[in-house]
Order: sequence, then structure tokens, then C-alpha cells
Amino acid sequence: MNLDAKIPEGPIAEKWENAKFSYKLVNPANKRKFDIIIVGSGLAGGSAAATLAELGYNVACFCYQDSPRRAHSIAAQGGINAAKNYQGDGDSVYRLFYDTVKGGDYRSREANVYRLAQVSRNIIDQATAMGVPFAREYGGTLANRSFGGAQVSRTFYARGQTGQQLLLGVYAGLSRQIKAGKVTMFTRHEMLEMVTHEGRAAGIVTRDMVSGKIESHAGHSVIMASGGYGNTFYLSTNAMGCNVTASYRAYKKGAGFANPCYTQIHPTCIPVSGEYQSKLTLMSESLRNDGRIWVPKNKEDCKKKPEQIPEEDRDYYLERKYPAFGNLVPRDVASRNAKLMCDEGRGVGATGFGVYLDFSDAIQRLGKKLVEERYGNLFEMYERITGDDPYSTPMKIYPAVHYTMGGLWVDYNLQSTVPGLFVLGEANFSDHGANRLGASALMQGLADGYFVIPYTLGNYLGSEKPEKISTDHAVFKEAEKSCKDRIEKLLAIDGKRTVDSFHKELGLIMWEHCGMARNESGLKKALELIPALREEFWSDVRVPGSGANLNQSLEKAGRVADFLEFGEIMCRDALTRDESCGGHFREEHQTEEGEAKRVDEKFSHAAVWEYKGEGNEPTRHEEPMTFEHVKFSSRSYK
Amino acid sequence: MNLTLYVWRQKDAKDSGGFEKYTDECKDISEHMSFLELLDVVNERLIEKGKMPIAFDSDCREGICGTCSMVINGRPHGPWKKTTACQLHMRAFKDGDVIYIEPWRAKSFPVLQDLMVDRKALDDIVQAGGYISTNCGSAPDANSVQIGKEIADAAMDAAACIGCGACVAACPNASAMLFTAAKISHMNTLPQGKPEAGKRTLDMVNAMDQAGFGNCSNHLECEAACPKDIKATVIAEMNRAYAKASLTKR
Ligand SMILES: Cc1cc2nc3c(=O)[nH]c(=O)nc-3n(C[C@H](O)[C@H](O)[C@H](O)COP(=O)(O)OP(=O)(O)OC[C@H]3O[C@@H](n4cnc5c(N)ncnc54)[C@H](O)[C@@H]3O)c2cc1C
Ligand code: FES
Repeated sequence: MNLDAKIPEGPIAEKWENAKFSYKLVNPANKRKFDIIIVGSGLAGGSAAATLAELGYNVACFCYQDSPRRAHSIAAQGGINAAKNYQGDGDSVYRLFYDTVKGGDYRSREANVYRLAQVSRNIIDQATAMGVPFAREYGGTLANRSFGGAQVSRTFYARGQTGQQLLLGVYAGLSRQIKAGKVTMFTRHEMLEMVTHEGRAAGIVTRDMVSGKIESHAGHSVIMASGGYGNTFYLSTNAMGCNVTASYRAYKKGAGFANPCYTQIHPTCIPVSGEYQSKLTLMSESLRNDGRIWVPKNKEDCKKKPEQIPEEDRDYYLERKYPAFGNLVPRDVASRNAKLMCDEGRGVGATGFGVYLDFSDAIQRLGKKLVEERYGNLFEMYERITGDDPYSTPMKIYPAVHYTMGGLWVDYNLQSTVPGLFVLGEANFSDHGANRLGASALMQGLADGYFVIPYTLGNYLGSEKPEKISTDHAVFKEAEKSCKDRIEKLLAIDGKRTVDSFHKELGLIMWEHCGMARNESGLKKALELIPALREEFWSDVRVPGSGANLNQSLEKAGRVADFLEFGEIMCRDALTRDESCGGHFREEHQTEEGEAKRVDEKFSHAAVWEYKGEGNEPTRHEEPMTFEHVKFSSRSYK
Repeated sequence: MNLTLYVWRQKDAKDSGGFEKYTDECKDISEHMSFLELLDVVNERLIEKGKMPIAFDSDCREGICGTCSMVINGRPHGPWKKTTACQLHMRAFKDGDVIYIEPWRAKSFPVLQDLMVDRKALDDIVQAGGYISTNCGSAPDANSVQIGKEIADAAMDAAACIGCGACVAACPNASAMLFTAAKISHMNTLPQGKPEAGKRTLDMVNAMDQAGFGNCSNHLECEAACPKDIKATVIAEMNRAYAKASLTKR
């Protein structure tokens, strides 16, 4: 597997300029001769589709929702980072770069991260031009807030709906190109198979989720922007339809999968309330700006009402342990500490898996009105779900699976190991290392789609001059057949258990053994449990109905079948990465104070998995990560 | 709690459809469940009995993507104000309640199956002009144009629309005025949106008419049903903008 990252020459600040200058261009008249397939209409896929269409390419864009506007980017609440330094508080491209590499616990590629920090500034300009109503100061300039893992205010936001507003900006641009006939939008279409020809990306096979029709789509290049795989855990903050199928199918066709074990557990989610739970709701991390996290000092107090626990009996454990960052430590640190408190028996709420997030100080300091302005919709959301009013009683929160840093391996040009297949947004592995900082995913998705792929795709098309294969070609016919066979197989099992019951069981295995804390014996156990569960699935799942029309059980079954294979790769990756870093916490590797301990000599690399055929173990490859600018140090947020 | 559900079942767009009653499947329902989790539980029980589960749309399940769409006891998204169906919790009901669940009903939203409808017509309206025509790469610095907080906030109020279509489902005329006007208001309020304001308004209103949505006769059911509290004043704003744009066009 060729893992040449193709990092451009020159000093880090000049690499992107140098790269852009060295790239081949496609002349404007020729762009319309190229057909580009984009899987995904979120911030990454949608911005790429609109921008490539503006440049003149013909784009076909796919999403499983009924409208591109509903991609899960919409759910992002807190904000988007950019090194604008509008607050004059010492921010710069270099500082954002530095914070991101450090926050990622030294497992990301410096050159990529630097470029991300550079283009971050253009994103805010572009989004504003598209009508994104970012929050403003009274004087009319843009407002900022601070976010976990940073000591400057560089986060732009639109109430608690930043993702929605950014996505609506992207969707507006996309709609304009659909109207102009440059983008053909395929909604309620699920990608089920990736097609390659002579080692290059040639297209995809989709299922029309309404008619059940299996269709092939060919292009000169395929762009995957299908989001993250957090739903492997069943319960996560992802949307119900989020899946690994698109990227997993690409993996099976030769695209290397990097660092699958890197998952981010978000510290501020509403705790699980019962077995019927279908998803977990995030409470934006921005709440940690003004909310104070605590648990009772004494176990006996856990069942008391929070109002009954006097100040001196409360343990504001993050402020105590990390005085410099306090409640604003990075996510992995905040999450792990919540787990520690609950494991000590000091958790609160019905299940004992919760900690308080308290706004009483903030309300006193800022007044209810200002708190309402900042967090009003989040408070409302919380009250709707739990029935508690956060203005009068502290919220209860607990960590939940939220984001996946792992993804398809890409080089500096965002190209996977399959030539012609590019991967953007959460679906790739590139910029966040082992832990993503808050408000950086929106930034990365838009950087990839608006400002990187338009250049790097042009270079691929201009220098490689790929041919488009007809959908009548045998490679497409075979891929269609394999989709149809798989659907037939799923429908024919007619066993006893529902698809969801398998998904839930997988989720519990993953959470227990490959969740917030992992260890060798647990991971080995998971590696026995998952294949057994998969076998049971293929012999006892019940998928009612037929493949020839709308069938939600069938859609889910296909996704769960892939999760059942992918979960195993996650565990395998977690087992071989015998160190702790960022969101990957191996209990064997921690300091006396319970902090993650990296093993840089052995693991300063991306682990990239190569598919080796049905029934064979995948092969693990390594891309070394070297750090010339941000020197290794243990992360310290004390 | 134990409930009785009457759920609209319809195989596909051609089927005429009808209510089906469920009682055994809706026993022992926890008040902490969300409404869609109730349907999940019912579906699991239906599948176990060898029946087809109820098809319904949902994705984010946190009230922001606008995917979920069902009429619950005659009200789009159910009894709670400013709340989508996915955020409605079973605390809103009590033991023994009878609940009717139907899809959005509107000529422009054909039913696909059970509670799922096709809302492509809303995308068509946005495609007609719900954007600012700026190509990527040509944007000036974001702080180069100052926008007063009041203006930014007003734009944000309108931009909060999640495009679920509850306003259409609630309107006796199945009008999409609130949806269309919210988008127009969001864009027209901002300085960036001004250059195309007139054309945008005309084009979007025409697209709305073409898609077969009805007219507004001031019932204001839309505002009451809107999970994001979009105010019907945006409709008056749109009508003014439309009149002005029609005049200058002539
Ligand atoms: C609740 C929540 C809050 C968040 N808050 C923040 C925040 O405040 N700041 C921040 O920076 N980040 C935040 N994030 C992370 C961030 O929102 C996501 O990482 C990012 O938006 C992902 O964008 P994307 O374009 O890569 O993928 P998505 O937006 O998930 O889009 C994926 C697209 O791929 C399509 N797709 C997927 N699979 C298939 C398939 N098989 N066939 C066809 N189409 C398919 C989908 O239909 C969709 O259009 C948050 C995430 C969550 C879940
Ligand atoms: S499922 Fe997203 S708003 Fe209800």
C-alpha cells in the first residue's frame, strides 16, 4: 500500500502556495467534460459540489436524506474556529495550527493542519458572503467565543445552530448550481458499492430508497464525504442514518482505512435514560464556557437534590485538577474525568452515570437574560428532553460517542490510496490526530470542500487525464449484482431477531470494550464477541418486506451488516495501538494521575488498514508522523 | 403507560391507505421515551410478530434537521409548542390515551409510505432563488461590512426555519408561505442579500405557486405549528417585497 503523503516542498507556511502553483490546471472549457461523483451533501460534500460546479465541472451529488439540507452537519451547535484574530487576543494561523496539533495529541500531519489553519480565515468570509447570520456585536462586527482546548476566542457561531446555518449557506450555493443544471442531486439514494477500474475510482452503485432500484453512476473521479462512523456504537450523537457503509465499501475496494480506533467521546451529553434510547443528545460544549462541572464530594450525597448539597461538599473536579484550563480542558480529558468520578461512585442521576453542569454562578454573574441569549435554545432543548429547567437546577450530563477522527487515509491532496477517490470531511482521517478540538470539524469540512478539493481535484484530472468508464462495463454490472445478491440474502434469512436488536448489542460491546477506556483483555474479548454476533446476524436476522420498494428495515440491515464488520477493525486497531493518545485511552498506559501516556517511539504514526479479502485478516501499514514545528510534549492543561 | 394508536398505513403513493389500530404493541411505555422511540418500540414488536413496521422519517432526533414529519392528534409535530415530533416526549401523554398519527397532508407532498412524504417541492422553492449568487473565492473579509446586531438577529430569527413543512401541513390551504417568506426574509434582511432581493422574492413566490401550494388566507395555523417559532410577520414582509418588486419590474 503506497502511503506517500505527497507533502509539498518548502517551509510550512509556504507549502500550500507552492502546491497550488505546482498543480496542473484544467482549462475552463475542458472542465465541463469531467463528471464528478460526490457522496454526501454535508458541509464537506455540499461545499465541494457547489464549488466544483461553479468552476464548471458536472457534478452528481448523493445523500440518503430527502433533502441535501438535512445532512448531519446540521446538528452542530457550538461553532466554527478560524484564525481571524478579530479579538486581538493573540490568535494567529500558527497558534491555531499549534493548538490543533497539540490537541490532536501529536498524531496528525503537520502540513495538513497548517493548511487548515490558513484557509480557516477564508471560510468565515465565504460563509458570511453566502448569508450565514453569524452572531454580531452591537457595533456590527462578528462575535467570538472560546472553546475547549484553546485560550483565545476564535470560535464563530450562530446562536446554538452554527452547523445548521453553515449548512444552509452551503445548501444555498448547492441549490443555485442545481438550478443552473451543473449539479444533479440524488436524494434518498444510498451508496452501496464503490466501483474501480484498473485500480482507479470509476463510480458508485446506489439504491434508490423509494423505488428500490439499483443504479450505477460513472464519473472521472469520486469524492467521498459521507461523514463519520460513530453509530458503530449504536448510541451516539450522530443521526439515525449515519453509517460507515460508504467508506467501508471504499475500503473493501482498496482504500486504506486510517486509525479506525480514534473515536471522540463528547463530555456534555444528556445521560441515557432507558433501554429504548435511540440516540444521545449533545449539549454544546460552549456550555462549559459558563457552566461549572461538579459532583458531590461524598458518595452519600449523590441521591440528594443538588440544591441540598452545600458549596463545601461539592467537588468542582476539573477546576481542582486543571486550574489553568478548568472547565475548558479538551474533550477527552473532560470525558475521562467524568467517567472517573462515576466509577468512584460519585455520579449523579437515576443511573449514577451523570455529573452536574451548573449555571447558578453564571446566572448570578451575567444575569439570566445574557445566559438566555447565549444558551437559551440549549436550555430549552434540555428541558424538553429531561423535564428539568437548567435555570433553576443544574443540568446532568455524561459523555457520549460523538465524532470519529479515524477515516479513509488521504494524502495532502485528500486523495485516498485508490487514485481518483478523494475523501473529505469527517470521512477522512487527516487533520485531528487522536483528538479533535471543539469547533474544528465544521472548519475542516468546509476547508476541504470549499478551498482544497477545487485545486487538488483539478491537478488529478489535469495530470492523470482519467477516462470515464461506461456503466455498461462489467465492473459496474458485477457491483450491481453484488448489491442485489446481498439484499436478497438479507431478506431471505427470515430469522427471529430484529436488526435493531443486533445493532444495540454491537453498540454495548463497543462501548464496554472499545469506548472511553480500553484494555488488552477487553479488546480481545470484543474480537471474539463481534464475529460471533455477526454470524448470528447472518443466520437469525429478520428483515421484513422486499427490496423492490421503500423498506427501512432493509436499509438499516445493510448498514448494521457493515458496522458488524467494521467494529472488529476498530477493536483490532485499538488493540495494536498499545499506547494512550487523545481519545484512545489504553488503561495500561496512564500516568499516576490517570492521564493518557503516549508511546511516541513506537506509535507516532497513522495506522492504515488494508482489506485482504473475505475471511482474511486485514494488513496494518504505517505512515510515520513527524513533528518539526510542534515539539512533542505531554499535553498539560494544568 | 398503555396506549392505543391509530396509525395511517399506506403501502405506496398509489395505495389509498387507512388507519390501523394498535394496542398490544403499545403497552408499558415509559414517560421518558421520545415520541419516535415509542414508534421504534411499536415497530420492534410488529417485526417480531412478522408484520411490516411503520415507515416514518427521522434523522437527527434533536429537532434541527427537519426530517421528522407527522401529524399527531390533528397537530403537526403533536401537542407541545415549538417542538418537533422527535423532541416530543411521552410525558405529554397519559395512561389510556388514544393517539392518531398521520402523515403531512398536502397536494404538494405526496405520501411515499405510511407516514413518509415527498417534500421535494420545498427544495424547488429554494432553488428558484433562496441564495446569494457569490462564487467561492470572491468573498471580501467578513468584517468589511458591519451588520448591526438587530439586523443580524432578525436574519437569524428567520433563518432558524428547519424546512420540515409543518406550516404547510397545518394550513387549511396547504400554503407554503411561512416557509418561503422565512427564507426570503433571512436573505433580504442582510446587506449581502439586498442586490438580489427583488428577483429572489418574485422567483421564489412564483416557484411556490408552481409547486401547487395554496394561498394564504391569514389563518395563522402555520405560526402555531412551527417548531422553530417563525413569526407570520415574515409573510407580510414578503408580500410587501413582492408588491415592490412587481412594480419595479413593470
Ligand atoms: C450533535 C453534533 C454536534 C456537533 N457540533 C460541532 C460543533 O459545534 N463544531 C464543530 O466543528 N463540529 C461539530 N460537530 C461535528 C461536525 O458537525 C461534523 O463532523 C461535520 O459536520 C461532518 O460533516 P461532513 O460533511 O463530513 O458529514 P455529514 O454532514 O455527516 O454529511 C454526510 C453526508 O453523506 C451522506 N451519506 C452518508 N452515507 C451515505 C451513503 N451510504 N450513501 C449516500 N449518502 C450518504 C449523508 O446523506 C450526508 O449528506 C458536531 C457533531 C454532532 C453530531
Ligand atoms: S428528526 Fe431531525 S428534526 Fe426531528
